Amino acid sequence: MANQFIKKLGLSKDTLFNLILTISAVLLIILGVGFFLSLFNASLVSLKKFGLSFFAKAEWDPVQEEFGALPFIYGTLLTSFIALAISLPFSIAISIVLGEYFQKGFFAEVLRYLTELIAGVPSVVLGFWGLFFLVPIVREVEMKFEIPPYGVGILTASLILAFMILPYSGSIGKDAMRLVPNELKEAAYALGATRWEMIKKVMLPYARSGITAGIILSLGRALGETMAVTMVIGNYHGIPENIFSPGNTIASVIANEFTEATGEVYLSSLMYLGLTLFIITTVVNLIGRFILKKLQH
Amino acid sequence: MKRYLFRIIKSKIISVILTLIVILSTIPFLLVLYFIIKNGISVINWEFLTSLPKPVGEPGGGILNAIVGTAMLVIMALILSVPFGILVGVYLAERSEGRIAFFSRLVSEILQGVPSIVIGIIAYLWVVKPMGHFSALSGGVALGIMMLPLVIKSTEEILKLIPREIKEASLALGVPYYRTILKVIIPAGLSGILTGILTGVARIAGETAPLLFTAFGNPFLNFDILKPISAMPLLIFTYAVSPYEEWWAKAWGASCILVLFVLSLNIITRLLSRR
Amino acid sequence: MSDIVLKTENLTASYDEHIVVKNVNLSIIRNKITAIMGPSGCGKTTLIRCFNRMHELSPKAKVEGKVLLIENSNEIIDVYSVDPMLVRRKIGMVFQKPNPFPTMSIYENVIAGYILNGIKLKKSEADEIVEESLKKVSLWDEVKDRLRKKGTFLSGGQQQRLCIARALAMKPDIILLDEPTSALDPVATAKIEELIEQLKDTVTIVIVTHNVGQAGRISDYVAFMYLGELVEYGPTDVIFTRPSHEKTEEFLTGKIG
Repeated sequence: MANQFIKKLGLSKDTLFNLILTISAVLLIILGVGFFLSLFNASLVSLKKFGLSFFAKAEWDPVQEEFGALPFIYGTLLTSFIALAISLPFSIAISIVLGEYFQKGFFAEVLRYLTELIAGVPSVVLGFWGLFFLVPIVREVEMKFEIPPYGVGILTASLILAFMILPYSGSIGKDAMRLVPNELKEAAYALGATRWEMIKKVMLPYARSGITAGIILSLGRALGETMAVTMVIGNYHGIPENIFSPGNTIASVIANEFTEATGEVYLSSLMYLGLTLFIITTVVNLIGRFILKKLQH
Repeated sequence: MKRYLFRIIKSKIISVILTLIVILSTIPFLLVLYFIIKNGISVINWEFLTSLPKPVGEPGGGILNAIVGTAMLVIMALILSVPFGILVGVYLAERSEGRIAFFSRLVSEILQGVPSIVIGIIAYLWVVKPMGHFSALSGGVALGIMMLPLVIKSTEEILKLIPREIKEASLALGVPYYRTILKVIIPAGLSGILTGILTGVARIAGETAPLLFTAFGNPFLNFDILKPISAMPLLIFTYAVSPYEEWWAKAWGASCILVLFVLSLNIITRLLSRR
Repeated sequence: MSDIVLKTENLTASYDEHIVVKNVNLSIIRNKITAIMGPSGCGKTTLIRCFNRMHELSPKAKVEGKVLLIENSNEIIDVYSVDPMLVRRKIGMVFQKPNPFPTMSIYENVIAGYILNGIKLKKSEADEIVEESLKKVSLWDEVKDRLRKKGTFLSGGQQQRLCIARALAMKPDIILLDEPTSALDPVATAKIEELIEQLKDTVTIVIVTHNVGQAGRISDYVAFMYLGELVEYGPTDVIFTRPSHEKTEEFLTGKIG
């Protein structure tokens, strides 16, 4: 009798447990779908009014209720790609140095910590530091070249972004370099290659797709980075003329204007910007992750 | 022979240059750290930690509202994300194939890459809008969504590393499946799960963007999760972009505390995960 | 014939539509050591995993036929019509690789079956079970001073004996050993073999092995399996001296395996 009871109880608890697990997983899917639908639904007013011309218009005028995202998309892409270009040589150097020269030992650990800890500094703190350290430096440079000395602008934002994304691309690149099989390295040495020739001819080609994935994922970071950029980009609504001009990114416009947005169209246009940012970063991230996954198989 | 010597020297020189570039890349971090500590440490004292902000012009005052706010937001995020995240992580580790697993893993990966400001918009739409006002709760929801993928991923990855034999040993003793998971598998992966949670806390404690239009900020001490609340990063942002020098000093002090907290969490996590 | 403790009737097991055990009828004798041998892939491990319903853990696995656990003449359990947890408590199992629970001490590992099933034991009862079980596997003298240390600190052979003690602590009718010495060195193997022979007074033992010598040294009965079928079954001395099937002879003389 007692056994029968325990049996029934145990069985139903297992079924219940399995059910809870499945429900949790399904709930996450619902959360994801709901995430997208909510964002889409909130953008609908603006989406209906402006359609795809939203991306081609350069005005952003809350008074006339005319909204176009072009300057912000431009600003987002410009800052992100400049940041990528600045961080690229550093990221490849980190991949090589930590992936080959210093794989173990105290120095390697310290270097790894130092290159990765910047990712732990909150974005708002980096922005604050940028405002008080980087902006004056950029301003002085601008004065030397007789450019309007804003200090804030596309270049300053790109510099901060470059620091911020370096740990991501660096650490993925380092992992990719460490995956190069020893036999391949030894084969190169056996043919008389020097260490650098081995790295250039064997390791870098082998690790190329991993390093690329790291760069793509760090691009995803840069595109959506908000606080530090908002604080140093200058918040100018037009299309920036050059890299010293102030500008805006999609994220910085949302951060600046969301709480003060009055009117349905205005708020919905900000949501539309959010939806755009969501789609761009998701596509970029999924491409990066897809490359990484293919590498692991 | 001479040619070969040249190649070796070239190889050595390049290695030195590359190492120097890496050392150079750590300079921004050291500069930030130096700047924050130099400007911040002198501001921090007992009053700074234990009193509320005073209006501009009055000396003294502190950031207690922000410390309490960040603590509350992190706790809410933990409550919302840890149990749910562990359950999903267990599901993914136990049933890695199948359609449900594929799509939940996809959602988790997408969430991990979503910019924090977009998560703020979602928390606004889901909590602030229906309630009609900003609240600590909405900030907790935003940070909870940010943490979720980290908990899921670390749980899934660590549980997959636990040998199948351990699970079989428990089942062969007649232990039901749910007890096997709760009493054997999760304890065996506990340090890994904990590492994921700490990494998550380090990440969300410094997040500002998702709080701008959820938790919103509050100059007063607040323990009510239905009312707006301050947070360390929000306070830093407000003070940093203000025109007052004394507020900048407060922002340096708050930055110093926040950075030291986040960095020590990062270092603890690394030490934990190395074991 | 003698006292039967476990009986299979037309037992067939498959994995992913692929039949691994074909129509096996086998009776295991109480308090004897039965060795199941055969070349790798012959289905011997799957066969014993059907006895305690471990085979069905993989989602693609299927079992047909009957397994009866005969506790005594008036209590017969149809293994596939009761809760698998109940079966597994009555039929213990030891695996190829020693697998003590990594988060538990030696002491806790021995009584893990009780702890994990949520069965409360009095301190004195627990102490007694631990001491008795460890003595049965002659591990008591080696570990009695460090019972609170983690089980994973022991050597491979010690860990495997700890796992046997863990199975014994549940006081099962049968213990299934799935190639328990394949991951161990010769000295540790000898020790385990010696131990198995001592244990048969308290518990019925079914051991899977692909090592002919081991089967000959320790078993009372031998079953020889080939390509999923039970080819031959009988007392060890009979099978080893006069195998009636040519495949058995080929295996015993090392021609297949």
